[in-house]
Amino acid sequence: MVAADVGFAEASWIMVVKSLVIFAVILGLVPMILLLERKLLGRFQARYGPNRVGPKGLLQPLADVVKLLSKEAYKPDAAVPILWAIAPALVILSATATLAIIPFGDVADGNVGLYGIDVSIGILYAFAFGSISFYGLLLGGWSSGSKYSFMGAMRSAAQLISYEISMGLALLGVIMMAGSLSLVDIANAQADTIWYVIPQFVGFLIFMVAGFAETNRPPFDLPEADAELVAGYNTEYGGMRFGSYFMAEYMEMVVVSGIAAAMFLGGWHGPGPDWLGPIWMLAKIMVLICLFIWVRATLPRLRYDQLMSLGWKVLLPLATLNVLVTAVLVVVT
Amino acid sequence: MSGRRAAGSEGRESFPYLPDDSVVSVQRGPEPGGVRGAYRAFGETLRGLKTTMARIVEGPVTIEYPEEKTPVYPRFRGRHKLHRFEDTGLEKCVGCSLCAAACPADCIRVVAAENDPDNRVSAGERYAAVYEINLARCIFCGYCEVACPFDAITMGHEYEMADYNRNDLIFTKEMLLAEPIVRTPLRNEGE
Repeated sequence: MVAADVGFAEASWIMVVKSLVIFAVILGLVPMILLLERKLLGRFQARYGPNRVGPKGLLQPLADVVKLLSKEAYKPDAAVPILWAIAPALVILSATATLAIIPFGDVADGNVGLYGIDVSIGILYAFAFGSISFYGLLLGGWSSGSKYSFMGAMRSAAQLISYEISMGLALLGVIMMAGSLSLVDIANAQADTIWYVIPQFVGFLIFMVAGFAETNRPPFDLPEADAELVAGYNTEYGGMRFGSYFMAEYMEMVVVSGIAAAMFLGGWHGPGPDWLGPIWMLAKIMVLICLFIWVRATLPRLRYDQLMSLGWKVLLPLATLNVLVTAVLVVVT
Repeated sequence: MSGRRAAGSEGRESFPYLPDDSVVSVQRGPEPGGVRGAYRAFGETLRGLKTTMARIVEGPVTIEYPEEKTPVYPRFRGRHKLHRFEDTGLEKCVGCSLCAAACPADCIRVVAAENDPDNRVSAGERYAAVYEINLARCIFCGYCEVACPFDAITMGHEYEMADYNRNDLIFTKEMLLAEPIVRTPLRNEGE
Protein backbone atom coordinates (compact mmCIF):
# COMPACT_ATOMS: atom_id res chain seq x y z
CA MET A 1 0.00 0.00 0.00
CA VAL A 2 1.34 3.40 -0.92
CA ALA A 3 0.45 6.09 1.56
CA ALA A 4 1.68 8.97 -0.54
CA ASP A 5 3.68 9.65 -3.64
CA VAL A 6 7.27 10.54 -3.07
CA GLY A 7 8.93 13.19 -5.20
CA PHE A 8 12.35 11.64 -5.20
CA ALA A 9 13.58 8.49 -3.47
CA GLU A 10 17.11 7.21 -3.00
CA ALA A 11 18.47 3.83 -2.06
CA SER A 12 17.28 2.87 1.38
CA TRP A 13 20.73 3.05 2.99
CA ILE A 14 21.05 6.66 1.89
CA MET A 15 17.67 7.37 3.44
CA VAL A 16 18.84 5.92 6.75
CA VAL A 17 22.09 7.91 6.74
CA LYS A 18 20.21 11.03 5.75
CA SER A 19 17.65 10.73 8.51
CA LEU A 20 20.39 10.08 11.06
CA VAL A 21 22.25 13.20 9.93
CA ILE A 22 19.14 15.39 10.04
CA PHE A 23 18.18 13.98 13.42
CA ALA A 24 21.67 14.55 14.78
CA VAL A 25 21.81 18.11 13.48
CA ILE A 26 18.45 19.06 14.94
CA LEU A 27 19.12 17.23 18.18
CA GLY A 28 22.35 19.19 18.44
CA LEU A 29 20.49 22.35 17.60
CA VAL A 30 17.98 21.94 20.43
CA PRO A 31 20.42 22.54 23.33
CA MET A 32 21.87 25.46 21.41
CA ILE A 33 18.42 26.96 21.03
CA LEU A 34 17.85 26.35 24.71
CA LEU A 35 20.94 28.35 25.56
CA LEU A 36 20.19 30.95 22.92
CA GLU A 37 16.73 31.42 24.35
CA ARG A 38 17.93 31.88 27.90
CA LYS A 39 20.73 34.19 26.84
CA LEU A 40 18.57 36.24 24.51
CA LEU A 41 15.73 36.36 26.99
CA GLY A 42 18.19 37.72 29.49
CA ARG A 43 19.33 40.42 27.12
CA PHE A 44 15.75 41.33 26.35
CA GLN A 45 15.27 41.86 30.08
CA ALA A 46 18.49 43.87 30.51
CA ARG A 47 20.39 41.05 32.22
CA TYR A 48 23.02 38.52 31.16
CA GLY A 49 21.28 35.18 31.32
CA PRO A 50 23.21 32.06 32.30
CA ASN A 51 26.95 32.74 32.29
CA ARG A 52 28.30 30.62 35.11
CA VAL A 53 28.54 27.09 33.70
CA GLY A 54 31.54 26.87 31.41
CA PRO A 55 32.96 29.78 29.44
CA LYS A 56 30.22 32.37 28.93
CA GLY A 57 27.69 29.82 30.19
CA LEU A 58 28.10 27.64 27.10
CA LEU A 59 27.82 24.41 29.07
CA GLN A 60 24.52 25.39 30.67
CA PRO A 61 22.35 23.11 28.48
CA LEU A 62 24.69 20.22 29.30
CA ALA A 63 24.21 20.90 33.00
CA ASP A 64 20.44 21.08 32.50
CA VAL A 65 20.34 17.77 30.66
CA VAL A 66 22.55 16.05 33.22
CA LYS A 67 20.30 17.35 35.96
CA LEU A 68 17.19 16.05 34.20
CA LEU A 69 18.79 12.68 33.46
CA SER A 70 19.91 12.12 37.02
CA LYS A 71 16.48 12.81 38.48
CA GLU A 72 14.25 10.10 39.82
CA ALA A 73 11.57 8.85 37.40
CA TYR A 74 8.72 9.44 39.76
CA LYS A 75 5.19 8.40 38.91
CA PRO A 76 2.23 9.74 40.87
CA ASP A 77 -0.17 7.16 42.31
CA ALA A 78 -3.15 8.54 40.43
CA ALA A 79 -1.43 8.30 37.04
CA VAL A 80 -2.59 5.79 34.44
CA PRO A 81 0.56 3.69 34.06
CA ILE A 82 1.15 2.99 30.36
CA LEU A 83 -0.46 6.08 28.88
CA TRP A 84 1.45 8.25 31.31
CA ALA A 85 4.72 6.79 30.12
CA ILE A 86 4.08 6.85 26.38
CA ALA A 87 2.65 10.38 26.24
CA PRO A 88 6.04 12.17 26.29
CA ALA A 89 7.37 9.66 23.78
CA LEU A 90 4.44 10.41 21.49
CA VAL A 91 5.18 14.12 21.59
CA ILE A 92 8.84 13.73 20.80
CA LEU A 93 8.09 11.13 18.14
CA SER A 94 5.72 13.37 16.26
CA ALA A 95 8.07 16.33 16.51
CA THR A 96 10.91 14.24 15.10
CA ALA A 97 8.75 12.77 12.37
CA THR A 98 7.75 16.22 11.17
CA LEU A 99 11.41 17.11 10.74
CA ALA A 100 11.52 14.71 7.82
CA ILE A 101 9.77 17.03 5.38
CA ILE A 102 11.81 20.14 6.11
CA PRO A 103 14.00 20.65 3.06
CA PHE A 104 17.60 21.79 3.50
CA GLY A 105 18.27 21.76 -0.21
CA ASP A 106 17.22 20.27 -3.50
CA VAL A 107 18.53 17.00 -4.93
CA ALA A 108 22.30 17.44 -4.67
CA ASP A 109 24.56 15.83 -7.32
CA GLY A 110 21.51 14.18 -8.83
CA ASN A 111 21.27 11.41 -6.26
CA VAL A 112 20.77 12.72 -2.72
CA GLY A 113 17.91 14.97 -1.72
CA LEU A 114 18.84 17.19 1.19
CA TYR A 115 15.68 16.47 3.13
CA GLY A 116 14.21 13.54 5.00
CA ILE A 117 11.58 12.76 2.46
CA ASP A 118 9.76 14.72 -0.22
CA VAL A 119 6.21 13.44 0.04
CA SER A 120 3.67 14.81 -2.40
CA ILE A 121 1.23 15.56 0.43
CA GLY A 122 4.01 17.73 1.86
CA ILE A 123 2.57 20.11 4.36
CA LEU A 124 -0.40 17.89 5.17
CA TYR A 125 2.10 15.46 6.65
CA ALA A 126 3.25 18.18 9.01
CA PHE A 127 -0.32 18.92 10.04
CA ALA A 128 -1.03 15.25 10.59
CA PHE A 129 1.92 14.88 12.93
CA GLY A 130 1.19 18.21 14.58
CA SER A 131 -2.20 16.82 15.54
CA ILE A 132 -0.64 13.65 16.86
CA SER A 133 1.69 15.65 19.07
CA PHE A 134 -1.38 17.14 20.71
CA TYR A 135 -2.45 13.61 21.57
CA GLY A 136 0.77 13.46 23.53
CA LEU A 137 -0.16 16.57 25.51
CA LEU A 138 -3.74 15.44 25.94
CA LEU A 139 -2.83 11.93 27.08
CA GLY A 140 -0.07 13.21 29.32
CA GLY A 141 -2.37 15.71 30.96
CA TRP A 142 -5.26 13.34 31.35
CA SER A 143 -3.31 10.31 32.52
CA SER A 144 -1.43 12.29 35.17
CA GLY A 145 -4.54 12.15 37.34
CA SER A 146 -4.09 15.75 38.41
CA LYS A 147 -6.53 18.60 37.96
CA TYR A 148 -3.91 21.05 36.78
CA SER A 149 -2.62 18.62 34.19
CA PHE A 150 -6.13 17.87 33.05
CA MET A 151 -6.97 21.54 32.63
CA GLY A 152 -3.76 22.09 30.72
CA ALA A 153 -4.60 19.19 28.45
CA MET A 154 -8.10 20.48 27.81
CA ARG A 155 -6.72 23.88 26.99
CA SER A 156 -4.21 22.43 24.58
CA ALA A 157 -6.99 20.54 22.81
CA ALA A 158 -9.14 23.66 22.52
CA GLN A 159 -6.14 25.64 21.35
CA LEU A 160 -5.36 23.06 18.69
CA ILE A 161 -8.85 23.27 17.24
CA SER A 162 -8.83 27.05 17.24
CA TYR A 163 -5.50 27.49 15.56
CA GLU A 164 -4.90 24.57 13.26
CA ILE A 165 -7.60 25.77 10.85
CA SER A 166 -6.14 29.25 10.57
CA MET A 167 -2.70 27.76 10.17
CA GLY A 168 -3.82 25.54 7.32
CA LEU A 169 -5.70 28.37 5.64
CA ALA A 170 -2.69 30.67 5.99
CA LEU A 171 -0.56 28.16 4.12
CA LEU A 172 -3.24 27.60 1.49
CA GLY A 173 -2.37 30.91 -0.15
CA VAL A 174 1.23 29.82 -0.63
CA ILE A 175 0.15 26.40 -1.84
CA MET A 176 -2.09 27.98 -4.44
CA MET A 177 0.64 30.31 -5.65
CA ALA A 178 3.20 27.52 -5.91
CA GLY A 179 0.70 24.98 -7.20
CA SER A 180 2.18 22.23 -5.04
CA LEU A 181 1.96 20.80 -1.54
CA SER A 182 5.55 19.65 -1.51
CA LEU A 183 7.86 21.89 0.48
CA VAL A 184 10.68 21.26 -2.00
CA ASP A 185 8.54 22.42 -4.91
CA ILE A 186 7.31 25.42 -2.95
CA ALA A 187 10.87 26.46 -2.07
CA ASN A 188 11.92 25.98 -5.69
CA ALA A 189 9.01 28.08 -6.89
CA GLN A 190 10.43 30.98 -4.89
CA ALA A 191 13.88 30.68 -6.48
CA ASP A 192 13.27 32.86 -9.51
CA THR A 193 10.35 34.94 -8.20
CA ILE A 194 10.02 36.92 -5.03
CA TRP A 195 9.86 35.18 -1.64
CA TYR A 196 6.29 34.44 -0.68
CA VAL A 197 6.59 36.47 2.49
CA ILE A 198 5.98 39.61 0.39
CA PRO A 199 2.82 38.65 -1.52
CA GLN A 200 1.60 36.46 1.32
CA PHE A 201 2.52 38.74 4.23
CA VAL A 202 -0.86 38.31 5.90
CA GLY A 203 -0.54 34.57 5.51
CA PHE A 204 2.94 34.69 7.04
CA LEU A 205 1.70 36.66 10.03
CA ILE A 206 -1.22 34.31 10.59
CA PHE A 207 1.03 31.30 10.20
CA MET A 208 3.50 32.65 12.75
CA VAL A 209 0.78 33.54 15.27
CA ALA A 210 -0.80 30.14 14.82
CA GLY A 211 2.69 28.65 15.04
CA PHE A 212 3.20 30.25 18.46
CA ALA A 213 -0.07 28.65 19.52
CA GLU A 214 0.82 25.32 17.92
CA THR A 215 4.13 25.08 19.76
CA ASN A 216 2.60 26.32 23.04
CA ARG A 217 4.99 29.21 23.13
CA PRO A 218 4.21 32.45 24.89
CA PRO A 219 1.95 34.39 24.49
CA PHE A 220 -0.11 31.27 23.81
CA ASP A 221 1.40 28.97 26.42
CA LEU A 222 -1.96 28.45 28.09
CA PRO A 223 -1.63 24.65 28.29
CA GLU A 224 1.31 25.10 30.64
CA ALA A 225 0.48 28.56 32.04
CA ASP A 226 2.68 28.36 35.10
CA ALA A 227 0.94 31.17 36.92
CA GLU A 228 -2.47 29.51 36.83
CA LEU A 229 -1.89 25.80 36.22
CA VAL A 230 1.49 25.23 37.93
CA ALA A 231 2.87 23.72 34.73
CA GLY A 232 -0.26 22.51 32.93
CA TYR A 233 -0.07 19.16 31.22
CA ASN A 234 3.45 18.42 32.46
CA THR A 235 2.84 19.24 36.12
CA GLU A 236 3.28 15.64 37.24
CA TYR A 237 6.22 14.86 35.02
CA GLY A 238 9.80 14.94 36.19
CA GLY A 239 13.23 13.95 35.04
CA MET A 240 13.70 13.05 31.42
CA ARG A 241 9.97 12.59 30.83
CA PHE A 242 9.59 16.28 31.49
CA GLY A 243 12.75 16.72 29.45
CA SER A 244 11.04 15.01 26.50
CA TYR A 245 8.16 17.45 26.62
CA PHE A 246 10.62 20.29 26.89
CA MET A 247 12.76 19.06 24.03
CA ALA A 248 9.71 18.39 21.88
CA GLU A 249 8.62 21.98 22.36
CA TYR A 250 11.93 23.21 21.02
CA MET A 251 11.91 20.70 18.20
CA GLU A 252 8.45 21.86 17.24
CA MET A 253 9.82 25.37 17.22
CA VAL A 254 12.45 24.22 14.75
CA VAL A 255 9.79 22.48 12.70
CA VAL A 256 7.45 25.46 12.56
CA SER A 257 10.38 27.77 11.77
CA GLY A 258 11.53 25.33 9.11
CA ILE A 259 8.12 25.18 7.49
CA ALA A 260 7.83 28.96 7.60
CA ALA A 261 11.34 29.35 6.16
CA ALA A 262 10.61 26.91 3.34
CA MET A 263 7.17 28.26 2.51
CA PHE A 264 7.63 31.98 3.02
CA LEU A 265 11.33 32.78 3.10
CA GLY A 266 12.56 30.95 0.04
CA GLY A 267 13.85 27.84 1.79
CA TRP A 268 17.49 27.13 1.00
CA HIS A 269 17.68 29.75 -1.74
CA GLY A 270 19.90 32.69 -1.10
CA PRO A 271 22.92 34.49 -2.50
CA GLY A 272 26.12 32.50 -2.81
CA PRO A 273 27.03 29.11 -4.25
CA ASP A 274 24.67 26.13 -4.12
CA TRP A 275 26.46 24.36 -1.28
CA LEU A 276 25.47 27.23 1.01
CA GLY A 277 21.84 26.08 0.73
CA PRO A 278 21.56 24.08 3.96
CA ILE A 279 23.38 26.85 5.83
CA TRP A 280 20.94 29.40 4.45
CA MET A 281 18.09 27.21 5.57
CA LEU A 282 19.53 26.84 9.07
CA ALA A 283 20.17 30.58 9.23
CA LYS A 284 16.57 31.33 8.31
CA ILE A 285 15.37 28.84 10.91
CA MET A 286 17.53 30.51 13.54
CA VAL A 287 16.23 33.95 12.62
CA LEU A 288 12.67 32.74 13.03
CA ILE A 289 13.55 31.11 16.34
CA CYS A 290 14.96 34.43 17.50
CA LEU A 291 11.57 35.89 16.56
CA PHE A 292 9.92 33.26 18.76
CA ILE A 293 12.16 34.28 21.64
CA TRP A 294 11.64 37.97 20.98
CA VAL A 295 7.89 37.56 21.11
CA ARG A 296 8.20 35.49 24.27
CA ALA A 297 10.18 38.26 25.90
CA THR A 298 7.63 40.85 24.85
CA LEU A 299 4.07 39.64 25.19
CA PRO A 300 2.28 38.52 28.33
CA ARG A 301 0.14 35.41 28.22
CA LEU A 302 -3.32 35.88 26.74
CA ARG A 303 -6.39 35.22 28.79
CA TYR A 304 -8.24 32.10 27.74
CA ASP A 305 -11.22 33.89 26.17
CA GLN A 306 -8.87 36.32 24.44
CA LEU A 307 -7.06 33.39 22.91
CA MET A 308 -10.30 31.92 21.66
CA SER A 309 -11.63 35.18 20.27
CA LEU A 310 -8.30 35.88 18.57
CA GLY A 311 -8.35 32.46 16.97
CA TRP A 312 -11.96 32.40 15.84
CA LYS A 313 -12.85 36.04 15.37
CA VAL A 314 -9.64 37.47 13.95
CA LEU A 315 -7.30 34.87 12.55
CA LEU A 316 -9.89 32.64 10.92
CA PRO A 317 -11.71 35.41 9.00
CA LEU A 318 -8.39 36.99 8.06
CA ALA A 319 -7.00 33.70 6.82
CA THR A 320 -10.17 32.97 4.87
CA LEU A 321 -10.05 36.42 3.30
CA ASN A 322 -6.40 35.90 2.47
CA VAL A 323 -7.17 32.61 0.76
CA LEU A 324 -10.06 34.16 -1.14
CA VAL A 325 -8.02 37.11 -2.42
CA THR A 326 -5.12 34.87 -3.35
CA ALA A 327 -7.43 32.47 -5.17
CA VAL A 328 -8.94 35.28 -7.18
CA LEU A 329 -5.53 36.73 -8.01
CA VAL A 330 -4.10 33.35 -8.98
CA VAL A 331 -7.02 32.70 -11.31
CA VAL A 332 -6.90 36.19 -12.83
CA THR A 333 -3.15 36.29 -13.52
CA MET B 1 -20.10 68.66 39.04
CA SER B 2 -20.10 71.34 41.71
CA GLY B 3 -23.51 72.45 40.51
CA ARG B 4 -24.88 69.05 41.36
CA ARG B 5 -23.68 69.42 44.88
CA ALA B 6 -25.47 72.75 45.31
CA ALA B 7 -28.68 71.32 43.93
CA GLY B 8 -28.60 68.37 46.31
CA SER B 9 -30.67 68.22 49.47
CA GLU B 10 -29.17 69.03 52.86
CA GLY B 11 -28.74 65.41 53.78
CA ARG B 12 -26.81 64.69 50.63
CA GLU B 13 -24.52 67.67 51.13
CA SER B 14 -22.92 66.01 54.09
CA PHE B 15 -22.35 62.84 52.13
CA PRO B 16 -18.59 62.54 51.92
CA TYR B 17 -18.30 60.95 48.49
CA LEU B 18 -20.23 63.40 46.36
CA PRO B 19 -18.03 64.05 43.35
CA ASP B 20 -16.76 67.56 42.80
CA ASP B 21 -14.23 69.00 40.38
CA SER B 22 -11.32 67.32 42.14
CA VAL B 23 -12.63 63.90 41.21
CA VAL B 24 -11.23 62.64 37.92
CA SER B 25 -13.18 60.03 36.04
CA VAL B 26 -11.49 56.67 35.59
CA GLN B 27 -9.66 56.44 32.30
CA ARG B 28 -10.71 53.39 30.38
CA GLY B 29 -9.08 51.86 27.37
CA PRO B 30 -11.13 51.23 24.26
CA GLU B 31 -13.26 48.11 24.29
CA PRO B 32 -11.38 45.08 23.00
CA GLY B 33 -12.51 43.18 19.97
CA GLY B 34 -13.50 43.88 16.41
CA VAL B 35 -11.34 44.80 13.48
CA ARG B 36 -10.14 47.98 15.15
CA GLY B 37 -9.24 46.01 18.24
CA ALA B 38 -7.19 43.59 16.18
CA TYR B 39 -5.48 46.46 14.37
CA ARG B 40 -4.71 48.16 17.67
CA ALA B 41 -3.41 44.91 19.16
CA PHE B 42 -1.09 44.54 16.19
CA GLY B 43 0.24 48.08 16.64
CA GLU B 44 0.69 47.60 20.36
CA THR B 45 2.50 44.33 19.74
CA LEU B 46 4.96 46.13 17.49
CA ARG B 47 5.41 48.76 20.17
CA GLY B 48 6.13 46.05 22.70
CA LEU B 49 8.64 44.40 20.40
CA LYS B 50 10.37 47.75 20.02
CA THR B 51 10.51 48.14 23.79
CA THR B 52 12.18 44.79 24.34
CA MET B 53 14.59 45.34 21.46
CA ALA B 54 15.61 48.62 23.08
CA ARG B 55 16.68 46.62 26.15
CA ILE B 56 19.08 44.60 23.99
CA VAL B 57 20.54 47.77 22.53
CA GLU B 58 20.83 49.22 26.02
CA GLY B 59 22.74 46.21 27.32
CA PRO B 60 22.51 44.44 30.66
CA VAL B 61 22.37 46.45 33.86
CA THR B 62 23.38 43.47 35.99
CA ILE B 63 26.12 43.90 38.58
CA GLU B 64 27.68 40.45 38.90
CA TYR B 65 27.86 40.61 42.65
CA PRO B 66 30.68 38.55 44.03
CA GLU B 67 33.01 39.79 41.31
CA GLU B 68 31.59 43.27 40.97
CA LYS B 69 30.28 45.28 43.88
CA THR B 70 28.07 48.28 44.13
CA PRO B 71 30.17 51.05 45.64
CA VAL B 72 28.92 52.21 49.01
CA TYR B 73 28.43 55.81 50.05
CA PRO B 74 31.01 57.46 52.32
CA ARG B 75 28.58 57.54 55.25
CA PHE B 76 27.58 53.88 54.80
CA ARG B 77 27.47 52.16 58.19
CA GLY B 78 29.23 48.83 57.86
CA ARG B 79 31.41 46.84 60.21
CA HIS B 80 33.11 48.84 62.98
CA LYS B 81 36.73 49.82 62.97
CA LEU B 82 38.94 50.72 65.93
CA HIS B 83 41.61 53.31 65.27
CA ARG B 84 45.16 54.06 66.33
CA PHE B 85 46.97 57.39 66.35
CA GLU B 86 48.88 57.54 63.12
CA ASP B 87 52.03 59.13 64.58
CA THR B 88 52.50 57.16 67.80
CA GLY B 89 50.63 53.97 66.89
CA LEU B 90 48.78 54.04 70.21
CA GLU B 91 45.16 52.99 70.38
CA LYS B 92 42.66 55.82 70.54
CA CYS B 93 40.30 53.82 72.72
CA VAL B 94 40.68 54.54 76.41
CA GLY B 95 38.17 51.93 77.59
CA CYS B 96 35.57 54.42 78.84
CA SER B 97 32.66 52.11 77.87
CA LEU B 98 30.54 55.00 76.61
CA CYS B 99 29.97 53.08 73.39
CA ALA B 100 28.75 50.09 75.37
CA ALA B 101 26.41 52.36 77.31
CA ALA B 102 25.07 53.94 74.12
CA CYS B 103 24.56 50.64 72.35
CA PRO B 104 20.82 49.88 72.05
CA ALA B 105 21.47 46.27 71.11
CA ASP B 106 23.89 45.77 73.97
CA CYS B 107 26.45 44.14 71.75
CA ILE B 108 29.64 45.86 72.91
CA ARG B 109 31.69 44.56 75.79
CA VAL B 110 34.56 46.63 77.15
CA VAL B 111 36.86 45.67 79.99
CA ALA B 112 39.24 48.50 80.85
CA ALA B 113 42.68 48.21 82.42
CA GLU B 114 45.32 50.65 83.70
CA ASN B 115 48.05 51.57 81.23
CA ASP B 116 51.57 50.48 82.12
CA PRO B 117 53.62 53.73 81.76
CA ASP B 118 56.58 51.86 80.25
CA ASN B 119 54.51 49.94 77.75
CA ARG B 120 51.54 52.06 76.83
CA VAL B 121 48.68 50.59 74.81
CA SER B 122 46.52 53.68 74.54
CA ALA B 123 47.10 57.42 74.77
CA GLY B 124 44.95 57.85 77.88
CA GLU B 125 45.23 56.72 81.46
CA ARG B 126 43.45 53.46 80.80
CA TYR B 127 42.98 51.20 77.79
CA ALA B 128 40.55 48.55 76.66
CA ALA B 129 41.92 45.20 77.70
CA VAL B 130 38.91 43.50 76.13
CA TYR B 131 36.91 45.11 73.37
CA GLU B 132 34.36 42.85 71.73
CA ILE B 133 31.48 43.58 69.40
CA ASN B 134 28.93 40.87 68.82
CA LEU B 135 28.05 41.53 65.19
CA ALA B 136 25.27 38.99 65.33
CA ARG B 137 23.44 41.42 67.59
CA CYS B 138 24.67 44.73 66.21
CA ILE B 139 22.01 46.74 64.40
CA PHE B 140 24.53 49.11 62.74
CA CYS B 141 22.89 52.23 64.17
CA GLY B 142 26.17 54.03 64.63
CA TYR B 143 25.41 55.29 68.17
CA CYS B 144 28.76 53.92 69.39
CA GLU B 145 30.51 56.13 66.86
CA VAL B 146 28.54 59.14 68.09
CA ALA B 147 29.16 58.33 71.74
CA CYS B 148 32.92 57.92 71.43
CA PRO B 149 34.73 61.02 72.76
CA PHE B 150 38.01 60.14 71.00
CA ASP B 151 36.75 58.98 67.59
CA ALA B 152 38.28 55.64 68.45
CA ILE B 153 35.45 53.62 66.94
CA THR B 154 33.89 54.38 63.57
CA MET B 155 31.61 52.52 61.25
CA GLY B 156 33.52 51.07 58.32
CA HIS B 157 32.30 50.08 54.89
CA GLU B 158 32.44 46.29 55.08
CA TYR B 159 29.13 44.51 54.86
CA GLU B 160 30.09 40.96 53.89
CA MET B 161 30.16 39.35 57.31
CA ALA B 162 28.22 36.14 56.81
CA ASP B 163 29.64 33.22 58.70
CA TYR B 164 28.86 29.65 59.61
CA ASN B 165 29.09 30.07 63.33
CA ARG B 166 27.62 32.62 65.69
CA ASN B 167 30.76 32.64 67.79
CA ASP B 168 32.75 33.74 64.77
CA LEU B 169 30.68 36.90 64.61
CA ILE B 170 32.07 38.17 67.92
CA PHE B 171 34.82 40.49 66.75
CA THR B 172 37.70 41.06 69.13
CA LYS B 173 39.82 44.19 69.47
CA GLU B 174 42.56 42.79 67.22
CA MET B 175 40.07 42.04 64.47
CA LEU B 176 38.51 45.48 64.75
CA LEU B 177 41.92 47.20 64.68
CA ALA B 178 43.15 45.28 61.64
CA GLU B 179 42.61 46.57 58.15
CA PRO B 180 39.82 44.69 56.36
CA ILE B 181 41.08 41.97 54.04
CA VAL B 182 38.92 43.05 51.13
CA ARG B 183 38.21 46.69 50.63
CA THR B 184 34.66 47.66 49.75
CA PRO B 185 34.50 50.01 46.77
CA LEU B 186 33.56 53.52 47.78
CA ARG B 187 31.56 56.00 45.80
CA ASN B 188 33.28 59.17 44.75
CA GLU B 189 31.93 62.60 45.56
CA GLY B 190 28.72 63.21 43.67
CA GLU B 191 28.54 59.70 42.24
